[in-house]
Parts: sequence; structure tokens; C-alpha cells
Amino acid sequence: MGKTLAEKILSKKSGSDAKAGDIVIAGVDLVFVQDTTGPLTVRQFQASGFKGLANPQKTALFIDHAAPSPNNGLSNDHLLLRQFAQQTGAIISDVGGGVCHQIVVESLAKPGDVIVGADSHTVTAGGLGAFATGMGSSDVAVVFGLGKTWFRVPESFRIVLSGNFQKGVCAKDLVLHLIGQIGADGATYKALEFGGDSVGAMPVSQRFTIANMAVEAGAKVGLFPADETTRNYLAEQGRGEHYQPVFPDADAIYEQTFNIDVANLEPTISQPHTVDNTAPVRELKGTKIQQVFIGTCTNGRLEDLEIAANILKGKKCHPQTRLVVTPASRQVLVGALKAGYIQSLIEAGAAILPPGCGPCLGLHQGVLGDGEACLSTSNRNFKGRMGNPEAFVYLGSPATAAATALAGEITDPREVV
Amino acid sequence: MLKGRAFKFGDSISTDHIIPGRFAHLRSNLPELAKHVLEDADPTFASRVKEGDFVVAGNNFGLGSSREHAPLVIKMAGVKAILAKSVARIFFRNAINMGLPVLICDTDTISDGDELEIDLAVGTVRDVTSGNQFTFGKIPEAMLRILDEGGLIPYIQKYGDFKL
Repeated sequence: MGKTLAEKILSKKSGSDAKAGDIVIAGVDLVFVQDTTGPLTVRQFQASGFKGLANPQKTALFIDHAAPSPNNGLSNDHLLLRQFAQQTGAIISDVGGGVCHQIVVESLAKPGDVIVGADSHTVTAGGLGAFATGMGSSDVAVVFGLGKTWFRVPESFRIVLSGNFQKGVCAKDLVLHLIGQIGADGATYKALEFGGDSVGAMPVSQRFTIANMAVEAGAKVGLFPADETTRNYLAEQGRGEHYQPVFPDADAIYEQTFNIDVANLEPTISQPHTVDNTAPVRELKGTKIQQVFIGTCTNGRLEDLEIAANILKGKKCHPQTRLVVTPASRQVLVGALKAGYIQSLIEAGAAILPPGCGPCLGLHQGVLGDGEACLSTSNRNFKGRMGNPEAFVYLGSPATAAATALAGEITDPREVV
Repeated sequence: MLKGRAFKFGDSISTDHIIPGRFAHLRSNLPELAKHVLEDADPTFASRVKEGDFVVAGNNFGLGSSREHAPLVIKMAGVKAILAKSVARIFFRNAINMGLPVLICDTDTISDGDELEIDLAVGTVRDVTSGNQFTFGKIPEAMLRILDEGGLIPYIQKYGDFKL
């Protein structure tokens, strides 16, 4: 009987014939924390009595959620992580490096890996064909010490993508549409495995956007095959030797299959306060927006900034709308500077923040006021998410964000591209 | 036998409702952090909840981030179990790792303030106020072993490895 991507990777890493529903113990190729989950991980690691890290070179600490730190509480958490890295030999990425998930896909994740992170958007690396999933601090502390963890092998949903996107429509619209269809708990405990004619030509940046949001449907992982596009991306990152092909078996068993012709999709948005509360952007036309945020592990990559810069070049943001842009990583910022995207965005009125998570989770750098609305390219719009339970967060694509920044109200990007 | 009051919540209570990101600077100061438990779902919860009470919710409780602080502050508030129609994946595992039982059952008939009696060993919930009695789904065996030790860290302290 054939295997899904999830079954294949977990079979190999557990040294067993893993099938959906089995409990396996698998070796972990990369484990990481960020600055809001890392301090508890360090304390749990110490409480467990471990003498050292199982694999220092496969253990990474990222200072990204509150970087640079906005207050002394978080500054002291950062100190703790820096000291732990020094004591144990773990990799550390400090202020200015960028969002953990972006650095993981640029520099660390390999197709076929098992990756565990103390952050729910660890699923992003599924875009490279890695079984990457988020866990809590205690689970991650035990991976720090043992180099392995237990998994229930998930059943898989196959999402078959065909056709080509219309102009102004992209991967973000697709994944919001999918979550709207199946619901925020529609794939709880499951693997989402993407395939079909549209996947081969889909750039890895768009695969990351889709894999990133698998968790918003409740999924454990969002997996893409590792193909020629993956190989080319890894080669561009100077680590072509990390490529290996990873594909599901043709006769794999899926719990459900969904077919999506992407040509039928239109720009899509999530309305407050749940990600699955989706609607076509055109139905929300006229909704006033006080802040537009472009960035995050979902849509803060070079290709996303390119889309926004092309729409905003030579124009000005609406006077009642602030535009905040946070490149996902240092590499993205350097690329956007070289390509002129940063200049276009600044001249249009954008505030450029350092690489990191920015205002996504309400810690700093763009907390909303009472009654204000934000159009964000991030992945969550729960009540209070951007620091104020009296504010409203809409989720959309970089193109929708840029079009909205120009008009000061929610705008279908097909009007401007 | 666990006995306590039900604090009823609706569907889709996210980890941002349970412990919002704006309090991230308190994550290394747990007693202060715990004062904000479930603040964005019910601002009066933290002042009303007592040792032994239960959180009772609808579908997809705990969706969102991986922050283990979410079940941790619920446990610190004195809550002895969470009852929900369904629960998000990471939250479920985190709660068990914190030694906090999560019981999957139909919570529709439980009202806010009802007195509940829960028998974890037998798998029953008795709503003393309404007179209803019902069962909850079995916690998977691998997780039950972790729960029986009081959570993942006590489990690892005892066994030093996974004995699933």
C-alpha cells in the first residue's frame, strides 16, 4: 500500500512502517524556539535534568517576535536565550535577523526533514517538503534533550490544484479560500498535502504562504512535494546539496480529496474575528482601513514586497491610512533594497520596520487603537490579536493590501494591477 | 472525583483570548501573567474562578498559537479540567503536558455556573444542577501515561525517555 508524504517522512525518521493513526517516535532534524516561547522551553529543559543539548547544531533560538525589545521584561527574556545559546552551543539568530520561519526555509530546513518548533507557524517549512510542526515549550524542551519526539501519524487530505491564477490573485487568496471552505477546525490533526498541475510551476514563496496557514485549518502539517522548483530554490540559497526528491506514492490513501481550479478564485479576505470568516474582497469594498500591514512569515518575502511595490510605485498611500512594512528576514530586506522595492514603498508613504514579526501579534510596532481596522497580510485575526480587543483585523494578500493602502478602504487589487 | 463550577465559553476561544500577545512581557512572571487568564473572552473570569472549577467550551477550544502559557495559566487559576466539544491540536497536547485534563464531550447542555462532578477514572460527568449525566471520549493511551505522571516534565524526570 502506498504512502502519503506524511507517512513516508515519518516512516523514514522513525525506522518503522508508519501508517495514519500510528504513534511513532521520530528523530528530529531541526528544533527551534522563538523569544516568546523560548524562555519557558529553557526552564523546562533545565527542570527535566538534561545535561546538554542532544544536537546543538540542530537546535536554534530566534529573537524575532519582540525584536528589538520594547520593554525590560522581554529584554530579560532575550538575555536568557543569549546565555543559553552561549552555554549550550545552540544556533542563535538575534535582532534584525528576521522571522524564525523565514530563516528556517532560507538556511536550515531540508526536504524530508522532521522539524519541530515552539511556534505554530513552524508548518511553513512544509513548503520544502519537510514534516514541520508546532509544539509547546515542554515538548520542545524534551526534543532539545533527546533529539526526538512522539507523533501520531496524521491522516492526510489531498488538495489538488489545477489551472492558473487570474491576474491579481495569488496563493494567499487560495489558502484563505480553502480555510473558508473547510473551516478553522476542518483539518484538525490532519496533514494537508498539496499536489496537482498548478504545483510544479508554483514558486516556493507561494508554497510557504500556503503551508504557513495550514495550521489555521487546524492541520498538523501542510506539505508540498520536493521537486525541481524546490531544487532550484535550495541551489539559489547556496545549499543545493540539501535537495532530495520527496513525493507521495501514486497509490497513497487520502482521507479526503479536494479539487480546486485556481483560475476560478478571486481576491479573498478574512473578516474579523476568525480566519475562516472569508469573503470575496469586492464584497467588502468601501470598508475604511486605518492601517495596512505587509509582512510576516505568511507574506513578508521578496516576492510579496515586489507585488506591493509594483502597485504603489510612484503613488501615495491614502492620507487616512498608515502603511507598515516588515521584511521577513535580513535577506529579504537586502533583496528589496537592491531591487528598489523599499524606495518605492517609502516614497509611497510606508514605514519600514526591521526584519521580524512586527505588529502581527500585538506586542509592539503598530498596535491598533479602539475601533481601528487593519488590513494585514498575516495569518491571524483573532480578537485582540494586534494588541487591542477593541480593534478589527482583516487578512488579505499583498496585492489587496497595497490596493487598500492607496484607496484607504478595502479594494479589490484587480482594479489596480 | 473532581467537583466544581462550570465557567461556560463559546466556540473558537483562541490562545489570544486565553492569554493575549500583548502580555508577552509577563511570560517570565507567571503569577502576574495568570491574572489575565481568558481576559479577552471574559474579563471577569480571573477574579471569579476558584480552585477546583472547570472551563467548559464549545468547538475548537485553544486554536491558534503554540503558547504553552495558555493551558498553564488556566491551570494556575485552579481549573481542574477543560471540557469542550472539540479542541485544537497543539493546545490539547500542551494541556496534557501541563497535567491538565481535556475532556471531549457534548457541552451544549451544561450552563454557566452549573455544579459538575467528574470521575476521570470511569469517564463520566454529572451535572448536579441539571441532573444530566454523560460520558467523555477516551484520552489516547500515550497521552494518558503523561497525564498520569502530572505532565511531560515529571514524566521525563521519572523515565528519562519516552516509554509509549
